Amino acid sequence: SCSCTVVSKQPLASKMAGADSDDSLYPIAVLIDELRNEDVQLRLNSIKKLSTIALALGVERTRTELLPFLTDTIYDEDEVLLALAEQLGNFTMLVGGPEYVHCLLPPLESLATVEETVVRDKAVESLRKISHEHSPVDLEVHFEPLVKRLASGDWFTSRTSACGLFSVCYPRVSSTVKAEIRQHFRTLCSDDTPMVRRAAASKLGEFAKVLELEYVKSDIISLFTALASDEQDSVRLLAVEAGVSIATLLPQEDLEALVMPTLRQAAEDKSWRVRYMVADKFSDLQKAVGPEITKNDLVPAFQNLLKDCEAEVRAAAANKVKEFCENLPEDSRETIIMTHILPCVKELVSDTNQHVKSALASVIMGLSTILGKDNTIEHLLPLFLAQLKDECPEVRLNIISNLDCVNEVIGIRQLSQSLLPAIVELAEDAKWRVRLAIIEYMPLLAGQLGVEFFDEKLNSLCMAWLVDHVYAIREAATCNLMKLVEKFGAEWAQNTIVPKVLGMANDPNYLHRMTTLFCINALSEVCGQEITTKHMLPVVFKMSNDQVANVRFNVAKSLQKIGPVLDSNCLQTEVKPVLEKLASDQDMDVKYFAQEAISVLSLA
Amino acid sequence: MFGAAAVGQSRWCLSQVKGAIDDDVAEADIISAVEFSHSGELLATGDRGGRIVIFQQEQESKNLPQGRAEYNVYSTFQSHEPEFDYLKSLEIEEKINKIRWLPQKNAAHFLLSTNDKTVKLWKISERDKRPEGYNLKEEDGRYRHPSSLTTLRVPVFQPMDLMVEASPRRVYANAHTYHINSISVNSDNETYLSADDLRINLWHLDFTDRSFNIVDIKPANMEELTEVITASEFHPLQCNTFVYGSSKGSVRLCDMRASALCDQHSKLFEEPEDPSTRSFFSEIISSISDVKFSHSGRYMMTRDYLTLKIWDLHMESRPVETYQVHGYLRSKLCSLYENDCIFDKFECCWRGDDSEVMTGSYNNFFRMFDRDAQRDVTLEASWENGSPGCSLKTWRVCAGSRRKRSEIGVDCLDFSRKILYTSWHPQDSIVALATVNNLYIFQEKPN
Repeated sequence: SCSCTVVSKQPLASKMAGADSDDSLYPIAVLIDELRNEDVQLRLNSIKKLSTIALALGVERTRTELLPFLTDTIYDEDEVLLALAEQLGNFTMLVGGPEYVHCLLPPLESLATVEETVVRDKAVESLRKISHEHSPVDLEVHFEPLVKRLASGDWFTSRTSACGLFSVCYPRVSSTVKAEIRQHFRTLCSDDTPMVRRAAASKLGEFAKVLELEYVKSDIISLFTALASDEQDSVRLLAVEAGVSIATLLPQEDLEALVMPTLRQAAEDKSWRVRYMVADKFSDLQKAVGPEITKNDLVPAFQNLLKDCEAEVRAAAANKVKEFCENLPEDSRETIIMTHILPCVKELVSDTNQHVKSALASVIMGLSTILGKDNTIEHLLPLFLAQLKDECPEVRLNIISNLDCVNEVIGIRQLSQSLLPAIVELAEDAKWRVRLAIIEYMPLLAGQLGVEFFDEKLNSLCMAWLVDHVYAIREAATCNLMKLVEKFGAEWAQNTIVPKVLGMANDPNYLHRMTTLFCINALSEVCGQEITTKHMLPVVFKMSNDQVANVRFNVAKSLQKIGPVLDSNCLQTEVKPVLEKLASDQDMDVKYFAQEAISVLSLA
Repeated sequence: MFGAAAVGQSRWCLSQVKGAIDDDVAEADIISAVEFSHSGELLATGDRGGRIVIFQQEQESKNLPQGRAEYNVYSTFQSHEPEFDYLKSLEIEEKINKIRWLPQKNAAHFLLSTNDKTVKLWKISERDKRPEGYNLKEEDGRYRHPSSLTTLRVPVFQPMDLMVEASPRRVYANAHTYHINSISVNSDNETYLSADDLRINLWHLDFTDRSFNIVDIKPANMEELTEVITASEFHPLQCNTFVYGSSKGSVRLCDMRASALCDQHSKLFEEPEDPSTRSFFSEIISSISDVKFSHSGRYMMTRDYLTLKIWDLHMESRPVETYQVHGYLRSKLCSLYENDCIFDKFECCWRGDDSEVMTGSYNNFFRMFDRDAQRDVTLEASWENGSPGCSLKTWRVCAGSRRKRSEIGVDCLDFSRKILYTSWHPQDSIVALATVNNLYIFQEKPN
């Protein structure tokens, strides 16, 4: 069948001008026909070019023909509906501007009731977008009735969609309509289905933001309290986030009476998922309630979360340790950390669950900046060292990745004695991903430790990775060498690593010989012309006689790669003959890459 | 009382029989799951061939309380195909192990179906309009020459004959090492569990790439394995509560609020074994083949090989009610072991108002127990005796040789004809059950 999509390069204006010329209509006709093609990819393609179709049809036909068709197109695949929902959010000008924007409501309304969450969410997003393009009158005449219809729909899909639309209408309607909207929202908060209550709970915060303070205090607080004690865990946990938003809206003196009892209850909820949510939102919560409540309520609550019986909760709380401490009021920060938080942190260092330890390890180093040099050396250093020796590689890795912030506070020498054994151990870990991660931190560590320390302790590790049995490690090790040379300079390279790299060219294992070539590829540029020509090039030439074809064609590739570093005389007199010889190699691949190098280096 | 007063007559009557009535049954046609939707408007069956057939209740019969429960085919589709696991050299059968309906969320209906390894979410939807009008071709597909194009035409939706489509929406695969025996949708409407022999996983309906392991009873050393999970279900109202039954006859209730991994149960329902009846078969026949919460959420029913037990969730030590389904088989366990019947997994179900329970037996018998009246009946699923609308006669199985017309001897029972799968309409007095390849629908005459 003829299903090719023709996209016209002509400007649209000419297309519309020549309305009776089939030439200009043809591409649009194809697009329209493909709206109902059997191939979903073609339908998707047409939907993504919906604006082209609308432009060709003109605003009137778009309103009277295209939109009614799209309103009924709800049987399509999710990806098509998703694209349609997105397109309609940008369609205002194509239906005739803000005056006619309400024509977009029917198709979006039908999309807001489909079962697929992503489609519904996108439809709601577009509805929210075009709500701003409605005049206040149109908002009340067209938009608000749609919200009401969705809110009182038979199926919960439509009611969940309604939840996201209240906050965009509310600020722009009359007080009578406002009262109705508040009533609708109240009804949805006590809907029979948990889906709708979840949607309402997740939009409670944003709805509260657009309400007048008196209604926040009267309506929102009671809805929040009810949702936070819902029988469904999944509803209660969403109420936590709403609580944070509501707390930011209320004056300090009302927080204690209106929000805190519910939040305290959430922090001690029977369900670990709700407590997890509290832990996860703890920093936002802390900012929302201010320093006084933080000192009196949140500190003990945080201690409890750090000691929670469920590991998921402890891990979430452990993740927040640094942020929580940072945001403590300055006057009592150190006391609170030393007397209340640090004891819990100490326990977490030897937690039974590795995710908890790992979460802690990712933030614990940050405490040193907050506590200063003396406290760090006395109290934190033992914890870092314990974590560096942890049996779980992830924990050790998280510590190593954050070394820089401790370096700033106490200097790396303090740590290096204990640090080194841990690094060596990770460098030899049985899991190649762990080794890979360590390699990636090597340039950072090298920079922190200095060249002397590096040569003495770490250089041999870096060389050992070049002969790792996993290719990804050898590749990363090559790249690591280049970064080290960038840090320590060409002279250092010539003295320490280049001899070792070139030595591998005589290795009996052809994989190691190839590693030499890969290293040369990576190093030639940072080492510069002199080292490359004097030391590397002869080795490459020698390898062009290698008995393994893979090595020979990598020689060709290497020559192509390092060519730009060499001077033209050397290219013509030395490189060219070698490549020519390789170009007449009996192996097809060697020939191919040699010819490619010749043409790229313009040696033909 | 109507009907029940007459000896040997029940108030139940045959409404419909579906499926070919033929002695020669293809393996693929054997029904392996029966499930009413939450409204009772739809009834789904799954079979060993991986197909799902959905029946819809006729509108007129739904509105007339006296009318017959008339269900007609609404949609038929292939849910699972046979597969081969190349890594483990294992064939994966297409047989549908369970079907569970989701609460209705919009005009379409959704169900979960599972075979041994993979759970799928299906959407069953209606379409009664189709777009018409092309620019570059006729409706019948003939091409129109582009030169005839003078104006653009936007397609228009026109009414058409009702079409029912079943489309796969999600495939939840690769999470089970062992065979899935249960799936159950949570009352939060967004998660469900799937249970295999050793593990239970929790899924979010929207995500197919991850599931959370909530129970894992796999011992570090498989030699130490003494117990497997046989059935599992979520509480109908409390989103945090689920139970699972085991091959040792115990049921554990877990609270997902307490921790992410529910290896520690919060309640253990187990009846101490009666030493006087202890035998080689004790453990086999105590294995839980099905567990179902009552609609109220207060009780839970378990089915083992010989009995049906109802437990009050507040009392773990013993069931509040125990019903003998076919106690007369106790003396025949040896031969039932030899022909493998002892491993049959009978399902059970509650009446919509929880006042009665039903489960299947052999010889195409099924049993109903009236909990308040403490009355029970044995009925037979048969198309031979009784035209639609006629009362079913009640049976009695007796050990002796001299018997009345409504009695049958244990030795005369046909063990190849068994009713494993049963479902009760959630509101009405309608039950559906599967014999080998036939679906029977029975209806109770009103008082």
